[in-house]
Amino acid sequence: MSELIEAFNTFIQTPIGAIIWLVARIFAIMVPVLLGVAYLIYAERKVLAAMQLRMGPNVVGPFGLFQPFADALKLMGKETIIPSGANRFIFIAAPMLTFFLSLVSWAVIPFSDKLVLANVNVGVLYLFAVSSLAVYGIIMAGWASNSKYAFLGGLRSAAQMVSYEVSIGLVIINVLLLAGSLNLSDIVRGQTSMWYAIPLFPMFIVFFISGLAETNRAPFDLPEGESELVGGFNVEYSSMSFALFFLGEYANMILMSGMTVILFLGGWLAPFNWQCPIEFLEPLWGIFWFTSKICFMLFMFLWVRATLPRYRYDQLMRLGWKVFLPFSLIYVVGVAGYLVSTGNFPKVGV
Amino acid sequence: MSMFHSVKRFLLWDIIKGMALTFSYMFKRRVTINYPFEKGPIGPRFRGEHALRRYPNGEERCIACKLCEAICPAQAITIEAEPREDGSRRTTRYDIDMIKCIYCGLCQEACPVDAIVEGPNFEYATLTREELYYNKEKLLANGDRWEPEIAANMTKDAPYR
Repeated sequence: MSELIEAFNTFIQTPIGAIIWLVARIFAIMVPVLLGVAYLIYAERKVLAAMQLRMGPNVVGPFGLFQPFADALKLMGKETIIPSGANRFIFIAAPMLTFFLSLVSWAVIPFSDKLVLANVNVGVLYLFAVSSLAVYGIIMAGWASNSKYAFLGGLRSAAQMVSYEVSIGLVIINVLLLAGSLNLSDIVRGQTSMWYAIPLFPMFIVFFISGLAETNRAPFDLPEGESELVGGFNVEYSSMSFALFFLGEYANMILMSGMTVILFLGGWLAPFNWQCPIEFLEPLWGIFWFTSKICFMLFMFLWVRATLPRYRYDQLMRLGWKVFLPFSLIYVVGVAGYLVSTGNFPKVGV
Repeated sequence: MSMFHSVKRFLLWDIIKGMALTFSYMFKRRVTINYPFEKGPIGPRFRGEHALRRYPNGEERCIACKLCEAICPAQAITIEAEPREDGSRRTTRYDIDMIKCIYCGLCQEACPVDAIVEGPNFEYATLTREELYYNKEKLLANGDRWEPEIAANMTKDAPYR
């Protein structure tokens, strides 16, 4: 056994071995994320159905569990239609970019104490930057389609995502002040005594609502407002290019839940620092809590969608700029003032 | 009052109330019927697919009086008749254009011998229009197939006629 581990260690030291090991680790993250996306779509349909006293998908496989795969197969069998007035290159590149960006952020997410692909020192900044880039996919799609509905949808989502990023940034500053680090693993370790959702509860709510707006989810799904924009930025898309947008949107939802869990709900930490009762399963304990917390946050996303009607555009903008922005700004000042007065303010440059 | 309202809004009170409501609905009984496997109840007067009935001895009821053809508001029924060898008056042709039919049920009201009726069947969608031009054989076959249900419905409805 130890010889095997030895051989493995020397193998991943070689250049080819290192690349293979890296690709293997990337797949180990990507495949569960994509499976999660598939079953998030299924869960959304089931939860919405339950809340509306319907059945939801129940024909394909037991309880309709194979429905996502049936949908994927159907989409793959369809024709990719490119509108004659569209800019072909950008039209094709936009869904790829969206999908790529929704997966690339997972590199820095810590799944448990040691399980993280890239333990970057500025993980928060990286996440923030990548999630801000997501707006480009939507703008490109809206512009390249050369259709008014898609264009209006793209404009709306650009304005919406930019507005809510401002308040998300301020909320993250609150967390950073308490944690004193930009490293996601360190932020989670800082929550050992108390999850940040407790002292920063109002910020947790603001972050969650901004996350809804950031991922274009109900009640802020104006970019794809069916009733007035047909389907928003993705009206002209079909087949796999549409599927990539769809996957990207749901992967972003999972990512946003993951960010919420890491920043506010103590990441992989068990509640009340509960120890794993079975020693054998100890390595899976962190992953278990991380995924179950993500599932809870995703349920909140679906629950909100089942409850609230869509906001009007001016209401959305007023909420972002006139309520969340000043509120989170005041909270930053309050938290910083408290930390300075108690002498807990994180030291800079140490 | 406005103070109270703004505090309520700030605490998202109405949203929380709404979310509690949707959550409670998650555990209610589903109202959807699992259609092809489960079906909703149908009243005895339900006006579905047409059928031509027979007497218990196998003789067809229709006497070619053409009252149904006359009353049909959509003019969907076409009847041709001549005396049969034994001298009784029978149809040689009885067609219903199911695409024209508006399912008003006037044909079965007009019929003096309860020959043409609208049965309880509503699952007869077809892939082509031609399949919906019913002729006499099709209608008699329907009558043979649905006779138990049709007879039961007529007994149930009889007290109210």
